[in-house]
Amino acid sequence: MYKNLAISSGLHLIVIIIGTISLPFLAKKPIDVPPIVSIELIQITDKTSIPFAPKAKKIIKKVKAKEQERVVSEQAPPKKIKKEKPEAVPLPDQEIEKVEKIKEKKQNPEKIETEVKQVSEFEKKELFDPNSIAKLIDKSKESFAETTKTTNKITQSQDKNIEPSGLTLNEEDALKAQIFGCWSIPLGLPYNENLLVRIKLQLKPDGTVINSEILDHARMNKPGQGFYKVLAESALRAIRLCQPLRVPTTGYERWKDMLLNFDAGEMLKG
Amino acid sequence: MKIIKFLIIILIFQSKAYALIEVDITRGNLNPLPLAVSPLYSDKNSNLFSKKTLKIDELGSEISLIVERNLKQTGLFNPLSKDAFLQKPDIAHLKPRFEDWNLIKAQALITGKVEVVEGKLRVEFRLWDVLAAKEMLALAFTTVPTNWRRVGHIISDKVYQRLTGEKGYFDTRIIYVSEEGPKTKRIKKLAIMDQDGFNLKYLTLGNELVLTPRFNPTSQMVTYLSYFKNLPRVYLLDIETGVQEVVGDFPGMTFAPRFSPDGKKIIMSFATGGNSDIYTMDLENRVVERITNHPSIDTSPSYSPDGKYICFNSDRSGYQQIYVMKSDGSNVKRISFGNGLYGTPVWSPRGDLIAFTKLHKGKFYIGVMRTDGKGERLLTENYYQEAPSWSPNGRVLIFYRETKTDEKGEGFSAKLWSIDLTGYNERQVITKTDASDPSWSSLLSN
Repeated sequence: MYKNLAISSGLHLIVIIIGTISLPFLAKKPIDVPPIVSIELIQITDKTSIPFAPKAKKIIKKVKAKEQERVVSEQAPPKKIKKEKPEAVPLPDQEIEKVEKIKEKKQNPEKIETEVKQVSEFEKKELFDPNSIAKLIDKSKESFAETTKTTNKITQSQDKNIEPSGLTLNEEDALKAQIFGCWSIPLGLPYNENLLVRIKLQLKPDGTVINSEILDHARMNKPGQGFYKVLAESALRAIRLCQPLRVPTTGYERWKDMLLNFDAGEMLKG
Repeated sequence: MKIIKFLIIILIFQSKAYALIEVDITRGNLNPLPLAVSPLYSDKNSNLFSKKTLKIDELGSEISLIVERNLKQTGLFNPLSKDAFLQKPDIAHLKPRFEDWNLIKAQALITGKVEVVEGKLRVEFRLWDVLAAKEMLALAFTTVPTNWRRVGHIISDKVYQRLTGEKGYFDTRIIYVSEEGPKTKRIKKLAIMDQDGFNLKYLTLGNELVLTPRFNPTSQMVTYLSYFKNLPRVYLLDIETGVQEVVGDFPGMTFAPRFSPDGKKIIMSFATGGNSDIYTMDLENRVVERITNHPSIDTSPSYSPDGKYICFNSDRSGYQQIYVMKSDGSNVKRISFGNGLYGTPVWSPRGDLIAFTKLHKGKFYIGVMRTDGKGERLLTENYYQEAPSWSPNGRVLIFYRETKTDEKGEGFSAKLWSIDLTGYNERQVITKTDASDPSWSSLLSN
């Protein structure tokens, strides 16, 4: 009886020992995965106005001095006269045409003068009509309007023979092509949002940027608009990278202030 | 009369003012942004924290190397060669000489400093806008010295976020099924590694067949399917403690358990009475709820990030297609209508896209479509590839690709690959062994 019990207990014990050793879930060692250790983040932007190292300061001064020299040389007046010269020698027929054109230009002021005279004559006629005094007041207003219009015409023609108010298609295309190449669009932007950044530029005659201003600056601080800062910065980077911008050689007054509308939506939405 | 003269003068003056010229810039380039990652300056006064592993001198350049590799693999950045750098790290960290960096065409610059303070590793880094000559970001991290690789990944995430506007995906892990041996007798183990392939660990011994591991939202737990005595079992594994528990034995074919976005439920498909449907299990009370009830085969469920919808694949139309329904199983809508078979749909963490595997004319594609099924884009094509899994920012997909076995029965391999949403940046994710069924964790540091 006892013998059987002992044999049974012994065999049970052996089975338990073998099971303990062989079954993987019991023998499992803890997995040696590196623990996730929290990392302390400290904002140190406030501490970053660190003075220059003495050596670096000297180098920067030198570089700045050189930069200033370079700027001076860059500001030298562009050779506009050369550009205005015709590339090829004009044929005799063309020369004749030019002469005719010049003559026409000379004739323009005279033409306008006659227009003015006509208006004044009309005024005189109306003034001396005794039968329509009520009409006289209205018509005098009309005539005044006409006069001012005519005066405008005179001023424009005298100014610079009527300049276009915007850039020509060629000028605009050249500028766009240049900026397209410089603008690295951040790919992480949410394409369902408004991705338009408007930047107002103040330009030098050679196309370098004097000042750039983001028009909707307040949007950067609005909740959920964090991407706008990234987008605006990319646009500013493109302008800096591209400058001097490919601006027309003439009509500085026309384009000295310019508004660039950077819209990433079209590219990202596909 | 004076008034008239005055008005005329004003009008003359006005005629000289021009309207502000507006130019619309609607195109840009998608070239990688050139940036310079300067080796982090190592403070020589710091004590060596480990002579055996890494010296403080080397640590700065090693961390910068991690940052450089991470940023380069995104395809969005072009880290410039260090040989071209003109400024030394110690000075660059204090105040970069922007002219020098401009000269090598760097648009952004990363500098930093490494030191060991009271046995702790302190890493400072700064991101500079070279063209604007200003600082964009400056942060410092303190951690245990052995954690230096993670610091590199976190710096990469911060830089990526600052320059692209979306969160990064570098401080993450990938869990996958490691495969070894001939095709007919594969040993499959669960393996986990950092997203760059370092710190590889095996989580199971390889005695049992393991399939479809998936992280929970906090990336602390993994659910996976394993066969015990030829019966499928769904397991939960705590990565930190190694504690593993059986969620349940399920009858018939069971597929792809996946966590709900709140981590409280597991969604999966299993077959009862020869019909495969979608079920959820509450992890607290282990109550199983049936979500679909249709005579067709419904499999591969995946929740939307808000938990309100579920996408899955079903052959209820006669062919395997992708469907979307509310999380309670109502309002089922078919969203894929292209040619071929669609499977393994996975909802993007951003909520805007669904990734899928498509089989058409004998080729496998990994693609994405919007959640209404529109805008389908096939990103990559190959002999056999499937099981896409999203990076936590919804920018990159990881999947596995198998090569064909030749006539001798050799040449078979399974490897992990990643591709971004542009479809151009396709890369192999290097693993020690063959690999399948990858799953990308969420960001470990938020």
